[in-house]
Amino acid sequence: MEAKSKKAVASRLCCLCNLRRPVLKRPKTLQQICRECFYEVFEEEIHQVIVQNRLFKSGERVAIGASGGKDSTVLAYVLSELNRRHNYGLDLFLLSIDEGITGYRDDSLETVKRNEVQYGLPLQIVSYKDLYGWTMDEIVKMIGLKNNCTFCGVFRRQALDRGAALLKVDKLVTGHNADDIAETVLLNILRGDIARLSRCTSITTGEDGPIPRCKPFKYTYEKEIVMYAYFKKLDYFSTECIYSPNAYRGFAREFIKDLERIRPRAILDIIKSGEDFRIATTTKMPEQGTCERCGYISSQKWCKACVLLEGLNRGLPKMGIGRPRGVNGDHKMETKKPGSVAKSIESKQCGSLDF
Amino acid sequence: MQLTLEFGGGLELLCDSEKIHKVNVDLPNGAESDDFTMKHLLSWVRTNLIKERPEMFMKGDTVRPGVLLSGQLDTRIEEKDVIVFISTLDENI
Repeated sequence: MEAKSKKAVASRLCCLCNLRRPVLKRPKTLQQICRECFYEVFEEEIHQVIVQNRLFKSGERVAIGASGGKDSTVLAYVLSELNRRHNYGLDLFLLSIDEGITGYRDDSLETVKRNEVQYGLPLQIVSYKDLYGWTMDEIVKMIGLKNNCTFCGVFRRQALDRGAALLKVDKLVTGHNADDIAETVLLNILRGDIARLSRCTSITTGEDGPIPRCKPFKYTYEKEIVMYAYFKKLDYFSTECIYSPNAYRGFAREFIKDLERIRPRAILDIIKSGEDFRIATTTKMPEQGTCERCGYISSQKWCKACVLLEGLNRGLPKMGIGRPRGVNGDHKMETKKPGSVAKSIESKQCGSLDF
Repeated sequence: MQLTLEFGGGLELLCDSEKIHKVNVDLPNGAESDDFTMKHLLSWVRTNLIKERPEMFMKGDTVRPGVLLSGQLDTRIEEKDVIVFISTLDENI
């Protein structure tokens, strides 16, 4: 949320250009700056992150995970802008997932369809119904409002990969911002999820898999994304998912925002802490393999999506929720530590960002 | 005092889905127009505009975490000011 009053800053000048009247206090630095300078620092910082981390190579096809929300909308806008300005030489695409949530995703997909026209980026939509035979509406009807976010999160991760494969892209970018990543660092500590803790701050992940993912907004503050969208009058969709309880992550979110209020740098510092964690070599990490059923990456015999799907199709929706049982469970129990993959997904709440 | 209040990013849902509210705010009893601050405005908005879930808007005497006040709670509000409130709602991707 942002509240801003123009008069308070009217007497001074933008502290970057010293020419124009400041219209906002930059959340990251608390500098009073003008609109033009805000656009410039916002875009330039993202450009620097892209260049310094060598996120892209010329000629690559890149899909932007687009939900119609603020982060992905701003990402689509800024990335196509930077691609033109700095001749990245990228072929950009929008990739959206239709989870089948009436009154939520159908509306936000309309936003993405407008973005397709506004930014001139080809759009690919893949749906849970097509991929899995179930919409989220149908899943919720069967399992209720508990654990539904687990299904959605697990399915989305695979759906994005499948969509990216359809588009034949080299890379997938997502709109995860600095606040999201700081939250995830905290959540992974709170859950003792060492495997995720060690990789959640990586700007690029899945380089060993078929389609690497990266996060150009890794150091971009959520508030600045919202302000950018506001000043640029970008067309985005802002409604919370109708099925999202979001409880655990919600607390972490609020805590981060409280810290930010006292010390804006806190967000960057949590990310830094996450980056610099070194995991003891004695810690047993889950081994990556492939799912025997669908071939997707998995540290278990079956990937999580296949386990969940099997449960749905057999009318046993609790399968795959909670302690691992059945297909993957029994023989592995003794080697499991709290925080290994199967255990940790169970407690993932929605907003469960795919790290 | 004539003010224009703009709600976005989902906050408009808390006040009849109207994004822009042109309002006339009566000053608290005995207050000079010089004394009207963001803090007063927030409590006025909470009482007069927010129709549901006020906890989505405020926490204590200020806006919820994630709020940015350009200036502070004691920022003075003047005639014809435009004040914008935007929520940074979460999303999935």
